[in-house]
Amino acid sequence: MNTDSAHRHPGQRGRAHLAQKLIGAIAVPVIAIAAALLAGAVFIAAIGQSPAVVYGILLRGTFGNFYGLGQVLFKATPLIFTGLSVALAFKAGLFNIGAEGQLYIGAFAVAWVGFTFSSLPGFVLVPLCILAGALGGALWGVIPGYLKARFGTHEVINTIMLNFIAMALTGYLVTYVYFVPETVHTQRIAAQAQIPRLEEFWPVFRGSPVNFSLFLALGIAVVVYLFLWKTKFGFELRALGLNPWAAEYGGISVRSGVITAMTLSGALAGLVGVDSVMGYKHYYEAGFSSGTGFMGIAVALLGRNHPLGVVLAALLFGALSYGGLVINAIVPKELVDILQAIVILVVIAGTNVFGKLALSLKKRSLV
Amino acid sequence: MFPPHDIRSASPSIPFVRMEGISKRFALVKANDCVNLDVGGGEIHALVGENGAGKSTLMRILYGMYRADSGRILVREKPAEIRSPANAIALGIGMVHQHFMLIPPLSVIENVILGSEPLKAGLVLDMRSAREKITELSQRFGLAVEPDTLVEKLSVGAQQRVEIVKILFRGAELLILDEPTAVLTPQETEALFTVLRKLKGQGKTIIFITHKLGEVMEVSDRVTVMRHGRVVGVVNTSDTSREELATLMVGRKVLLEVEKGPAARRNTVLELKDVHALGASKVPRLKGVSLSVFAGEILGIAGVEGNGQTELEEVITGLRKPSSGTIELLENDITTLSPREILKLGVSHIPEDRLKRGLISGFTVGENLILGSHFGSPYAGRVWLEGGSILKNAWSVLQRFDIRPQAPELPAGSLSGGNQQKLIVARELSRNPVLLVAAQPTRGVDIGAIEFIHRNLIAQRDRGCAILLVSADLSEILSLSDRIAVMYDGRIAGTVDAAHTNEKELGMMMTGVL
Repeated sequence: MNTDSAHRHPGQRGRAHLAQKLIGAIAVPVIAIAAALLAGAVFIAAIGQSPAVVYGILLRGTFGNFYGLGQVLFKATPLIFTGLSVALAFKAGLFNIGAEGQLYIGAFAVAWVGFTFSSLPGFVLVPLCILAGALGGALWGVIPGYLKARFGTHEVINTIMLNFIAMALTGYLVTYVYFVPETVHTQRIAAQAQIPRLEEFWPVFRGSPVNFSLFLALGIAVVVYLFLWKTKFGFELRALGLNPWAAEYGGISVRSGVITAMTLSGALAGLVGVDSVMGYKHYYEAGFSSGTGFMGIAVALLGRNHPLGVVLAALLFGALSYGGLVINAIVPKELVDILQAIVILVVIAGTNVFGKLALSLKKRSLV
Repeated sequence: MFPPHDIRSASPSIPFVRMEGISKRFALVKANDCVNLDVGGGEIHALVGENGAGKSTLMRILYGMYRADSGRILVREKPAEIRSPANAIALGIGMVHQHFMLIPPLSVIENVILGSEPLKAGLVLDMRSAREKITELSQRFGLAVEPDTLVEKLSVGAQQRVEIVKILFRGAELLILDEPTAVLTPQETEALFTVLRKLKGQGKTIIFITHKLGEVMEVSDRVTVMRHGRVVGVVNTSDTSREELATLMVGRKVLLEVEKGPAARRNTVLELKDVHALGASKVPRLKGVSLSVFAGEILGIAGVEGNGQTELEEVITGLRKPSSGTIELLENDITTLSPREILKLGVSHIPEDRLKRGLISGFTVGENLILGSHFGSPYAGRVWLEGGSILKNAWSVLQRFDIRPQAPELPAGSLSGGNQQKLIVARELSRNPVLLVAAQPTRGVDIGAIEFIHRNLIAQRDRGCAILLVSADLSEILSLSDRIAVMYDGRIAGTVDAAHTNEKELGMMMTGVL
């Protein structure tokens, strides 16, 4: 045993451990992406195209010019919100499949406040709309949270059911109550509640709907990081996620922890409305999300439930999502669906395999 | 220090098993480093050492569960390739594991024949000859087992007898017993020793893994002592003493007896009045417990595990709500308070299951050290954690309690079992509690750490802390407690003065005889 050296250089072991943790965290996503690209290459070759050419176009079309970059950022923005939503719940040991429903309710709330209080000045209405989005999502999160805490019913089942209810409810409201004739969307929100596009300040992004809610998403990612790792509430949620028995022993209420985590998770998903309603469409449209909430699960998985990882994963999935349109002329855009699916499969399989590998590395480092 | 090989015994008459130069490495850990072991035919050979000394690894190699990296095994002087437990069984080697390998809903006879079913005409189960053989074996060796009883209806001691019958049924000549007394009452232990002597009398050979030195002295013929993967001594039991074995095991002199002065008993700290509670499966597990613990004393709770000790621990710390009765701490009713409110009143708790309750293995050492006081000063303000004071606390506790490695950033799960336990003990004691509920505080911890934990418990007592000590280890209860309450079937069967009782009396109370 060389515990003596550990005693003399206490910091070194900590740093070595940190480096190892970092490698462990990055290895799986990197391998997953590499595996996906490799498998994708086989498919591209199978339909008689050159993988190098297709990937070249994909890369140039997304990160190679400002318009493409703008499109990637635009696609990534809602994924950051839903990715953070799922990641925060995961950290507390909960699987929130309900981000989809939560974002519908949140987005509808944003729109409703936006067109109902249209006489308010912008500096009041904008924060009010953002708050409405968070509250709407939170409402749809607190329900399964409470049901789990009170009756022990599983959040996976309840969030799935609430997704259907959210879609039906918003669908009803937009069809029968707040509709603009011959459309499936509400009226427009007040002009002062709209969030400007980046192109208004940086013309290089011309044509891309990427807007300033991207910075809200990045800011929220920082807030989620600080919340989870620097506050006592985050400490409690992480404790709960890792070992609810020990958390209870340490004076942490499992019930209120579950409710808090689901509420916050729902609020994060609800903020998607800020991007899609205030920043993009300027009204609420039925079925606008088409799976952003579910993609959040993949984003959180690939991002290892860490806010920084979530942002990077959202960028990747955003790039793939827009990239599909770029390469559609040469290969079917479904190719990127395959790439996404492979990334997710490898991450899920890899988390177990590499988790064990990391564990044995850890053991090694202790000798 | 000691010479690496302190071998002064005569060699065994006819060696049954000889393991030569066995080495086994797991990643970078040398679990066995050139180990030699000679076990003579017809002897009871004790294999002792602290946790992690390599005893179990060596026995798993002998039983074919692991392959050695180097070295060879001779069975009856012939080189043997043991690739699997099936090979070992064919060579007459059988093993009783610490955790029994029985199927509870099946009968004794079904469990015994499982895997070596006697067949009639190669097809039909021959239950009659199996029953006859089991009856014969149990009579010959004094192993009272009833072939048709379901295993789930049996006591732990009886289940162990079934395990022994099972390996004898397969023709074992050498029996490896892995810490067989860890789960037994003193009476059951005595009965097991009688069986072992009978087995030896009929020519069977026994390897007995343990770290209880009293048992080594009582039942074994020769002892092999291991430390850090090496053999550090082979001695005849009649030529040695507990003190010498302990010194060999740990590598330095240890105090086996706890030094403690008389208790200065003061005011009542904890009082339970007729407490009833349901267990995890909604069956009553506490059936009217009344007891008091005073400041400055240690009240030991003795009893066979599963007689309500876990639930007692949990109702006091608020983790389980009693169905009736009251619990008072310093004359305040705490019956309905939450775990956090009870923590705040100065109650510390060393839980019996350290991995389930006591630690969050994914959290760092520093984070684990504030669990339970993370919500207030000095570790947190209204919102933010105070990183600086968390780290400062970690460094001071790690040094004060000598927890290795001294790295607050390391996940607690990467510490050794002994150091994890020290981490929990350190956290709970550094709060300076008014009441400490300590359940199995030294389970799975090596002798050096046991000595350390015991000294700290006594120091807390002398500081005026009231301590409720729950332990399955009677010698621990007897050496630490000032008073001893025995739990049997959810009730306190009796409370005795620790100075005026013995294992025998406690054992009878533990089984409901007294």
